[in-house]
Amino acid sequence: MSRAFIAILRRDLALAARAGGGGELALVFFLTIIVLVPFALGPDLNLLSRIGPAILWIGALLSMLIGLDRLFQSDEEDGSLDLIRASALPLELAVLAKGLAHWLVTGLPLALAAPLLGLLVALPGAAMAPVAGTLLVGTPALSFIGAAGAALTASLRRGGLILPVLVAPLTIPVLIFGVSASNSALGGTIPFLTPFLILCALSLLAIVVGTVAAAAALRQAE
Amino acid sequence: MASLIELANPTRFMRLSAVLLPWMLGAMALALAVGFYLAWFVAPADYQQGETIRIMFVHVPAAWLALMFYSMMALSGIGTLVWRHPLADVAQKAAAPIGACFALICLLTGAFWGKPMWGTYWVWDARLTSMLVLLLIYLGIIALWRTLDDPSRAGRAVAILTLIGFVNIPIIKFSVDWWNTLHQPASVFRMGGPTIHPSMLWPLLILALGFTLLGLSLHLIAMRAEIMRRRVRTLTILEAERLDRLAAQGAPA
Repeated sequence: MSRAFIAILRRDLALAARAGGGGELALVFFLTIIVLVPFALGPDLNLLSRIGPAILWIGALLSMLIGLDRLFQSDEEDGSLDLIRASALPLELAVLAKGLAHWLVTGLPLALAAPLLGLLVALPGAAMAPVAGTLLVGTPALSFIGAAGAALTASLRRGGLILPVLVAPLTIPVLIFGVSASNSALGGTIPFLTPFLILCALSLLAIVVGTVAAAAALRQAE
Repeated sequence: MASLIELANPTRFMRLSAVLLPWMLGAMALALAVGFYLAWFVAPADYQQGETIRIMFVHVPAAWLALMFYSMMALSGIGTLVWRHPLADVAQKAAAPIGACFALICLLTGAFWGKPMWGTYWVWDARLTSMLVLLLIYLGIIALWRTLDDPSRAGRAVAILTLIGFVNIPIIKFSVDWWNTLHQPASVFRMGGPTIHPSMLWPLLILALGFTLLGLSLHLIAMRAEIMRRRVRTLTILEAERLDRLAAQGAPA
């Protein structure tokens, strides 16, 4: 059972590394959004550093959501989803493997690149590690909430924008606590750990609920 | 439960709803007429809020109904997934636009009341924001219905989405207790009885009944339309298959 799990994980990682269009594109998109914001707001560094964590979080959220509709769609098209459904591995574990692979190729690089991109929005040095930390524990929630949405829209030929429309309202709590944890590291009355631990809880909850919901959606689509 | 199973036959449902509908529409007209009369002419103006209090008579029932229709959709979602009840996804599809309209009415009337009273149309307060999220979820559900062609498959996908989105409902209900909001806390359904004066409570309850009947009547009409639409769809497919077969028989000859 764990061999099948690792096989799916390795397959998705290999596909992401060799076929392109996955993780590195999300990173470039992240960079583009961060670059666009100062053009819209004006290059006022004081303002940018104050809203820096919020910009980074919005950028990460959008970059994670944009490519998500392909998570199950390509498998549905080439038939490997039918094989996964028919295998002895429970569908929930297969979804867990695919969600984990998605996080490893998009969420993890985004979190690691965030301090570097924070320089562009004049993020103070003290806030860099907290922002990267919140993204590190918050992005799994985005991957798995998104996986449920991706499973619902797996068989859609003209999905496109529907996935962000479905998933974005559900990611609001993650965004609230991710940004408030990052901001509390910049100073303020709330200790950093309070929103940070809630963020961890949200991620754990999303991993369970998202996996079960996505597996249910994939089963229904047969 | 037995009556629910009997209703699973769409023909029986159509017959029953045709009998029920005129009565519901009549009761709705009566309740709305009495309620609006009381709300406009009998209920006193508030000593602080003046005449704007009358907006509340539409705002509060709309908010209740937006939550009620979402809860009904979640129940229908369970009906679709667990019992494969054939009318559950019809009920769910018909409820989504009605619930979305009530959510929109609630947000708009709230904004019109908020401008003179709070001095702003909108604040990012927990109650207001969670209601806006409910509207977004409604719109997402309607969008998903429109993108999936096959009704039974769409029904199951939307049921899962509806159940995921249900986490928002308790957040809306209890947002005024959990957070320190600008929106006032619950004053009708609370421990220890309502805090509204009876002269305003009665018009509110009668109007709430009227609006509920309006929502349920619209729901029944929309369900009947959806059943007819599916019949037409099935007949069209059967007719196309028949023509196809005829063409295949004609070709070799």
